[in-house]
Amino acid sequence: QTVEHGFPHQPSALGYSPFLRLMAIGTRSGAIKLYGAPGVEFMGLHEENNTVMQIHFIPDQCQLVTLLDDNSLHLWSLKQHGGASELREEHRFTLKGPPGSPPSATQVTAILAHSSREVLYLGTESGGVFAAELPSLRVLEDRTITSEVVLQRLPEDNCNRRSCELVEALREHPKNPGQILIGYSRGLIVLWDLQNNKVTHHFLGSQQLENLYWQRDGSKFISCHYDGSYTQWPVSSDNRQPEPLENTVPYGPFPCKAISKIYWQTTKNGLPYIIFQGGMPRASYGDRHSISVIHGSHQTAFDFTSRVIDFFIIFTSEPAAEFDDPSALVVLAEEELVVIDLKTAGWPAVHPPYLASLHCSAITCSHHVSNIPLKLWERIISAGSKQNIHYSSMPWPIDGGTNIAPDPPQRDLLLTGHEDGTVRFWDASGVCLHLLYKLSTVRVFLTDADPNDNMNTLGEDEWPPLRKVGTFDPYSDDPRLGIQKIYLCKYSGYLAVAGTAGQVLVMELNDEDAEHVVDHAEADLLQDQEGYRWKGHEKLKTREGPVRFEAGFQPFVLVQCQPPAVVTSLALHSEWKLVAFGTSHGFGLFDHQQKRLVFVKCTLHPSDQLALEGPLSRVKSLKKSLRQSFRRIRRSRVSSRKRRGGGGSASEVQEANAKFDQDALQEMELAPVQRKIEARSAEDSFTGFVRTLYFADTFLRDSSRHCPSLWAGTNGGTVYAFCLRVPPAERRMDEPVRAEQAKEIQLMHRAPVVGILVLDGRSTPLPEPLEVAHDLSKSPDMQGSHQLLVVSEEQFKVFTLPKVSSKLKLKLTALEGCRVRKVTVANFGSCKTDDYSENDLAVLTNLGDIQIISLPFLKLQIRYPCIRKEDVSGIASCVFTKYGQGFYLISPSEFERFSLSTKWLVEPRCLVDMPEVTSNNHVHNKSAVENSARKSSPGDYGEEERKSGRLMEHALLNDEKVLKEIQSTLEGGR
Amino acid sequence: MNRAQRGAAGSRGLGTMEVKSKFGAEFRRFSLERSKPGKFEEFYGLLQHVHKIPNVDVLVGYTDIHGDLLPINNDDNYHKAVSTANPLLRIFIQRKEDADYSAFGTDTMTRKKNVLSNVLRPDNHKKKPHIVISMPQDFRPVSSIIDVDILPETHRRVRLYKYGTDKPLGFYIRDGSSVRVTPHGLEKVPGIFISRLVPGGLAQSTGLLAVNDEVLEVNGIEVSGKSLDQVTDMMIANSRNLIITVRPANQRNNVVRNSRTSGSSGQSTESSLPSSTPNILGNLLQGEEESDEEDIVIEDNGEPQQIPKAAPTSESIESLSQIELLHESTQNGFLPSSEMNSSHSAGSISMEYEVPDPGRKPLEEDGTIITL
Repeated sequence: QTVEHGFPHQPSALGYSPFLRLMAIGTRSGAIKLYGAPGVEFMGLHEENNTVMQIHFIPDQCQLVTLLDDNSLHLWSLKQHGGASELREEHRFTLKGPPGSPPSATQVTAILAHSSREVLYLGTESGGVFAAELPSLRVLEDRTITSEVVLQRLPEDNCNRRSCELVEALREHPKNPGQILIGYSRGLIVLWDLQNNKVTHHFLGSQQLENLYWQRDGSKFISCHYDGSYTQWPVSSDNRQPEPLENTVPYGPFPCKAISKIYWQTTKNGLPYIIFQGGMPRASYGDRHSISVIHGSHQTAFDFTSRVIDFFIIFTSEPAAEFDDPSALVVLAEEELVVIDLKTAGWPAVHPPYLASLHCSAITCSHHVSNIPLKLWERIISAGSKQNIHYSSMPWPIDGGTNIAPDPPQRDLLLTGHEDGTVRFWDASGVCLHLLYKLSTVRVFLTDADPNDNMNTLGEDEWPPLRKVGTFDPYSDDPRLGIQKIYLCKYSGYLAVAGTAGQVLVMELNDEDAEHVVDHAEADLLQDQEGYRWKGHEKLKTREGPVRFEAGFQPFVLVQCQPPAVVTSLALHSEWKLVAFGTSHGFGLFDHQQKRLVFVKCTLHPSDQLALEGPLSRVKSLKKSLRQSFRRIRRSRVSSRKRRGGGGSASEVQEANAKFDQDALQEMELAPVQRKIEARSAEDSFTGFVRTLYFADTFLRDSSRHCPSLWAGTNGGTVYAFCLRVPPAERRMDEPVRAEQAKEIQLMHRAPVVGILVLDGRSTPLPEPLEVAHDLSKSPDMQGSHQLLVVSEEQFKVFTLPKVSSKLKLKLTALEGCRVRKVTVANFGSCKTDDYSENDLAVLTNLGDIQIISLPFLKLQIRYPCIRKEDVSGIASCVFTKYGQGFYLISPSEFERFSLSTKWLVEPRCLVDMPEVTSNNHVHNKSAVENSARKSSPGDYGEEERKSGRLMEHALLNDEKVLKEIQSTLEGGR
Repeated sequence: MNRAQRGAAGSRGLGTMEVKSKFGAEFRRFSLERSKPGKFEEFYGLLQHVHKIPNVDVLVGYTDIHGDLLPINNDDNYHKAVSTANPLLRIFIQRKEDADYSAFGTDTMTRKKNVLSNVLRPDNHKKKPHIVISMPQDFRPVSSIIDVDILPETHRRVRLYKYGTDKPLGFYIRDGSSVRVTPHGLEKVPGIFISRLVPGGLAQSTGLLAVNDEVLEVNGIEVSGKSLDQVTDMMIANSRNLIITVRPANQRNNVVRNSRTSGSSGQSTESSLPSSTPNILGNLLQGEEESDEEDIVIEDNGEPQQIPKAAPTSESIESLSQIELLHESTQNGFLPSSEMNSSHSAGSISMEYEVPDPGRKPLEEDGTIITL
């Protein structure tokens, strides 16, 4: 494992250091991730795996404190080690009260990292405020501010014991670090003098308090409340009990939801920005996840696609500056990160360079292409930039740290197919997985879904002024649009995309917008089979007449399989201009130059009724019902929230989930788990399911002449080989492509065929189409005899060609009980010498192990566990690259990248320096001293770290050893 | 055959063996060279010759050292008969049409002194409807108990021959727990058990497997530590020639060897199992494991053919990776069908230069490094 791409699953907390310009995100599984400039990433994992509740950076330090839901505090720090920074846990601490005190006495609810960097103030549920010394996290008993002390200092008439319950907020005075503001849940706010241990001011709010924020000059502060109001309070030296200046309910007069957090930002022009979360009218907009920005007469309520976890404002970090001058609003929602540019008129969103929401529609398949030619790369980028015009041009505002990783050696693309019929192109060359271009296939078809173009419309006269932001949209209107297979030829720019309803689209890259008719063909895969009725979904209806396509990949041919079963395999040969596709019923070959169907072959066993009726109809209906039930949950959640008023959303989903689990468990208990032991037979269901398609120019008929061929492997262990006659280029349009079945191989063990490969006379896999034409590969050896490698789920077998006789085999399942899930040829280069490389098979098994098997002798080189075997979707989503790397989904929204090759490693390597300018200017000059002291002794730190061992950055797996092992095995065989 | 006759005429030396053959009431005596008995076909021809019944189909039987009348109908049991005969090999010949199959079997010779009397005087049990069971040469083995000599007696290794029958294997397995004796005392460990036998399936019809038998090994590989799904996959992958080692739930039918009682040895032999495993594995791999694996190729929509396996000149079995590296050979001794032979002459030429040169390493063939 090297790096995780995408958006953290179930984020639960957000923190930001204006000093380091780093952002921290905590998750429910106890992970914490730091992000700065693109490429600057750190990851840490709490041993407890508990939800991270709060994250606070220590001012002007490379340190941060996290609070978990088990009430433990953890101090993390970024330290330099071997030229790069690392995130490590330094201390942990759980607040302990006096013996016999209730747990609420020590339940931390608010944290203030004091600017002196020596003390952490911890507000608790019972109203006490504890001071913990940094970095030891030792409680300083004498500095504890108990609620009793606070009450003593207050005039007795307006206070009772209960007014000091639960500390909601702790805020340090912006100018005078000796004073802190303590906000209690019941509405009481006090300004506490730390030196003299006394209350200097107290403020009585009538509403339940949610949060507090100081104005920059310290003359005023603002409080926000449960009833959706916010109040400004003056702080003056003469009045000990000031009255509120202004009390506003921004979305009144009807009852509103709580404003949970508020910012007050001053600007040069005098009009402040007031930015707050929530506050929507309870009845009609109570289910919205909104953050409102008010600036003079401009007011916008950004409407997020999922629950808002937290947000912060990026404003000037210059402590001496007179105004805040906010530049960006950064919002962490449950499913995506949204950054709003506050400097540009209209407040556009900023295109994030990382933390992309991979799952804005569920990922249905992925495809990786290594080493993209520069020309294609630039064309894709230019197509993508036309789609991104509504984004702000502002540079990414979170830019702390320096990326010191070497530039990626090549351009890699990761293509993801989504349930809503889109294909997204990601730059997978480096640490940041960055969206380049988004392609939608929806336009070709007629669907009930109306194009969703209300995305960025600003409702001028509507109130509240809601504006949708974000791309997360998991609800697909038509599951048939889902993308199942993708194949991109990087040399010609041809792209083939196949989907759930048997649709196969061939596309070409066009730099201009264009309007044209998509040629449409139908492939009847059942042919002469009669008397069957397809009970699955209908095929997609196509749009008549010319269709307008934006610049980028534009479809020019559509083939629809009949019956419209999901496309299970796809192959494109850009040199011969042929596309092959397979479903559970058979496979076909289409000539996309002449736009003619060359042939179809039905692979269905006549008795296979299940496949005929649509194997996926049952799955689909299950999925549908799941979808519906989720919608129901969502609806009930919304309505119950209206009833009960906030708070319970997560718990309710959990309840529902728990109920599901319980039902599932009960079902399991009723039927004891048993497995049928039966040999596979020709009559089994889904034997005709086409699993793999492969084009090869090889010796199919005799050993003197080679010819183009198409190979297909089925679920029932059958391999079909077709001999193709492709006319020479000059007569390509005049003569038809012909195909003739040459061979049919039935593997006796009848296991599904998952891979077919032809090795040339030097036992090297045949190159990709056009690879030789572009001088990127040696032409294959056509002198020596070729070999055929057939990979089934159970065995690897090498046959001779053209006479098929078995030569070698490696049994996997019979010996280890695992089955092949994914197999690819990977090129392994030595990291020591450039001129050495070899091809091996990279195999992922159903147990999540990865095995490297040598070619052509089929020797197991190495095996190591990669994905948990229970993680079925992770195993299903795994995709290998051509150079021994791979990706798999560790959550619906995150790809984990791993590397099997020592040569190709993509991992974050970055440096976070203490920005010195800032610290020198800072009011506390102590930090500068400390800084220099710190810098003078880097060696000591290095020592220390070496002793303590493991990198937190790569907490999951220590890969280095494994990689070395692979390398030594590979080189040992030489 | 000439050799045998010459032997009959010659003196009874150390290497020869006397044969006394009986057909009807006629006896013939001759001798065979013990070290070179030849094939059964030759022997059969010889018997027909000496009894002067060249065109009569007969069944050949012999009495073994325990006095049982056992059939001779193939090379194996013929060689067995020759090797065990001491000093005399007694042969009984019956006409096939009036053969009495029940005469064969254990204790037949001791029970009834005279086979012929048995033939002439029908017994009580023969009044039952006569079930015609053909001779073993027409049988295909469907199951067997193997490796009895190396296994603890509480275990049973059963081989199911799927290829010999159209019957489904017909059993189910489940997770369960069994009690083992470990250095820390009795411990409950997870195990795999047979949960159901399908009526009429191969597993049930053999009578060798039963519900709640614990599965210990599949084709020589221990299942401990493997999940139910893994074991399922292993069994299905080996389904054409499945060898499973079980600990029968019912330990009373065990073969009792030595003087130990089967009850007390329930767990005591557990620890000896791992030590015998490599031995077992070797047996399995060198055995007929590969014979079941012939894939079929159909050329140009023609007749299905079995894919010839290039005959191994040397079979190297790496104990760790278990890869069989089969080298090409021009002597392809066991091509199954005649069409294969005709096409083989052409095929073998092209196959000649596919012989991997053992000195050539795969790593020499460098894949090209692609740079832009």
